[in-house]
Amino acid sequence: MGLTLPADPEMAEIPGVSPNWLTTRLDFLVNWGRANSLWPMPFGTACCAIEFMATAAGRFDISRFGMERMSFSPRQADVLICAGRLPFKLAPIIRRVWDQMPQPKWAISMGACASTGGIFDTYAMVQGIDTIIPVDVYVPGCPPRPEGLMYGIMLLQKKIKSESISDPTLRQEFLANEQGFFLPPEKIDEISEPFGNSVHQTRSA
Amino acid sequence: MTATAPAPSPSVEALRAAFGTAILSHAVSCGDTIVLVDRHRAHDILAWLKTTPGQEYNYLTDVTAVDYRDPGQPLEVVYQLRSLGRKADLRIKVPLDKTGSLEVDSVFDLWRGADWLEREVFDMFGVTFAGHPDLRRILMWDTYAEGHPLRKDFPLRGNFTRAEQTRQALAANPEANYSIEELSIADAFSELPDDMKRRLAAGQRGELS
Repeated sequence: MGLTLPADPEMAEIPGVSPNWLTTRLDFLVNWGRANSLWPMPFGTACCAIEFMATAAGRFDISRFGMERMSFSPRQADVLICAGRLPFKLAPIIRRVWDQMPQPKWAISMGACASTGGIFDTYAMVQGIDTIIPVDVYVPGCPPRPEGLMYGIMLLQKKIKSESISDPTLRQEFLANEQGFFLPPEKIDEISEPFGNSVHQTRSA
Repeated sequence: MTATAPAPSPSVEALRAAFGTAILSHAVSCGDTIVLVDRHRAHDILAWLKTTPGQEYNYLTDVTAVDYRDPGQPLEVVYQLRSLGRKADLRIKVPLDKTGSLEVDSVFDLWRGADWLEREVFDMFGVTFAGHPDLRRILMWDTYAEGHPLRKDFPLRGNFTRAEQTRQALAANPEANYSIEELSIADAFSELPDDMKRRLAAGQRGELS
């Protein structure tokens, strides 16, 4: 299978049996496959996309993570990387891209603007893409260096490797309610702090 | 070196001779000549500047607008003109009293490039351009209901709560006016068969079979 045998006892070869066989946990095998062949759907809107391109290019080379195949169709993508600020005009578009991606799927919010709105605390900008789609990993920075994005990718791989296919709740789709939220507004205010330039501005308002 | 008052563009004198009181005032700022003109004669003046020999301002660099913080100040629509042949610039401003209707005549018939520029001014400032063939929002989406964002009475974060903004943005249909089909049909309109032209002109759309 092209595997170098890990020190993990669960992957150990059974002595005296053909070396083409090995025993493992199904979870481990599935997660290993998923985590090392993430096909990214690049959603680059701003300067973060330049850093994302640098990450994909030769020097940093995300093909080391099995991610060199950019999936420009959401239907073949595993991870949505939102690189850059998201204006409200793009909100229905990223929502549709996310809805078109098949399970299992993950999302990385790259940079300050995608994660929180950043310096664009204005009428035109979504204050964090997590009000539109669920996000797995937030990469801070303005823009993050390629090392930062790669650290985010490794965190996502770590997260994927701890999943279990016997837990169906991981793949449950949470559709936004008619307010555009995944949680009720009171819940959002409870778990988040006031943000932006005004103490009166909360996540839900 | 003695400072000399910079001379205004010779076009100002020609404009005053041709249009008299419709030329409200002029100024020179950073070497650029600015002419304020009456809104009812603005289209005539711009047409005159484009076609008159000796003026020939044949390139419309930009159309934009300025809303001043002082509520008594009129909103100004700004036309930046350039004569490509004479290598000369002229800035025309049309003050619009904010208590009245914000309307000027479109210059789309003079410069086709004014199309999207005037749509942007309409979108951001709410100035209507009479005679524009397709005056609708260009930066904000069509169903945007909060007003005109670059007006000084528009709050920085918009008129609605973030929740309402998110809800309305997600409810917008991004393909409403910009579908590939409609754009490519518009491009190829002259080559379409006559019956299809008639149906499209009557607002009919085909059915998928």
